Amino acid sequence: MEVLRIEQVRKSFGELEVLKGISVSQNSGEVLSVIGPSGSGKSTLLRCITNLEKIDSGLIQIAGRTLAEGNPATYAPAATLQEIRLSIGLVFQNFNLFPHFSVLRNITEAQVHVLKRSKEEARERSYALLKKMGLEEKAKSYPCQLSGGQQQRVSIARSLALSPALLCFDEPTSALDPELTGDILSVIKELAQEHMTMLVVTHEMSFARDISDRVIFMDEGKVIEQGTPEELFSATREQRTRQFLQRFNA
Amino acid sequence: MVKLLLLMLEASLVSLRIFFLTLLFALPLGLLVARGRMSANKVVSSVVNIYIMIMRGTPLILQLIFVYFAPYYIFGASSGRFTAVIIAYVINYAAYFAEIYRGGIQSISPGQWEAAHVLGFSRSHTYFFIILPQVIRRIIPAMGNEVITLVKDTALAQTIGVAELFRVAQNAAAREFSTMPIFIAGVFYFVMNAVVSRTFDVIEKRLDYYS
Repeated sequence: MEVLRIEQVRKSFGELEVLKGISVSQNSGEVLSVIGPSGSGKSTLLRCITNLEKIDSGLIQIAGRTLAEGNPATYAPAATLQEIRLSIGLVFQNFNLFPHFSVLRNITEAQVHVLKRSKEEARERSYALLKKMGLEEKAKSYPCQLSGGQQQRVSIARSLALSPALLCFDEPTSALDPELTGDILSVIKELAQEHMTMLVVTHEMSFARDISDRVIFMDEGKVIEQGTPEELFSATREQRTRQFLQRFNA
Repeated sequence: MVKLLLLMLEASLVSLRIFFLTLLFALPLGLLVARGRMSANKVVSSVVNIYIMIMRGTPLILQLIFVYFAPYYIFGASSGRFTAVIIAYVINYAAYFAEIYRGGIQSISPGQWEAAHVLGFSRSHTYFFIILPQVIRRIIPAMGNEVITLVKDTALAQTIGVAELFRVAQNAAAREFSTMPIFIAGVFYFVMNAVVSRTFDVIEKRLDYYS
């Protein structure tokens, strides 16, 4: 089943066109990595999918629902937007945990107030997720008392608590030191083995090669090349991709 | 002497009523004004901006006189003195509070709004449960300043004839040919503000459980 369908998406900030007709699709259970230089538009693409930015034209469908369509793009009515929001999770580069809530409440809050789950159910689920993240004993702590890697694991748990059909990561390890980076990457790897549908924007090439079913290389607002990790990393077709990967292969 | 102290205690109650009523209305109104000031609608934000400029740019004593006398000249009727005091103080303090709120709200990282949005929270839930609690913690020191000033500003209410603490003290001073009552009033204000400072200290400590 198709979880994500993007066709000819364009997006400009003023004069600057950041996305120049992007088309991508993703099936359920598939792990997709987006790589590319800074300013290539990969984060903007993620922000458009999660509706933090509005596209100018094109089509975005998530879990069978149309988020935006047309030229100029028209957006779905509020009720549909809310349904779509709940089918996508987003893990931010700098975590964005709520600092005044305990770790537990960070994870239960949306379950209780958005999904209207009972407090007990939300707690149970949160503890199960914290256990999975190895943070059971941190439930009552506040985010500021955790290391960066622990905070990022909490934010992954916070997203997973809503059982999204698609979980997006926006450079999830860029704010972490190498040791903690490995921590987060192994969590994502574990999720990949459980066939969580994930879209990962990353600078970690070896990681992208390791966990992805498919890798997309973007540059200057366009998809330059996409394929399986072997195709993209070992049998690179495009000159621009090769040039970019050179620094990592060296 | 005992009689004087009793008189001044009674007058302090008037000052305290002005103080609490002003806070009661100005604190929420300030939030609304801050919203208007940050509105994307240019007309709304510039009208609110002009209002804030007038409130902060002219003396409170003048605003007090205006609120009390203007309706009389325009409509031929005037609200009561005490009501005029409350209205003048509320619209004046709401302007100051609004700027403090605005500073606080703008200091919250956009990532907090974005995370809340992605998790599906409604705008009002995001505002009242995620953003505002963080804002309140950040603005407590600035608010403490403003609230302490308000305690002292209640003395201006006598300008339009409200018998608050300072007016009673001045009357007593004139009656007894002594400046003593005025200094006693000073002690009263000091004690009230000691309570205010202490209260803010406690609130600040209470909210200090995260960083």
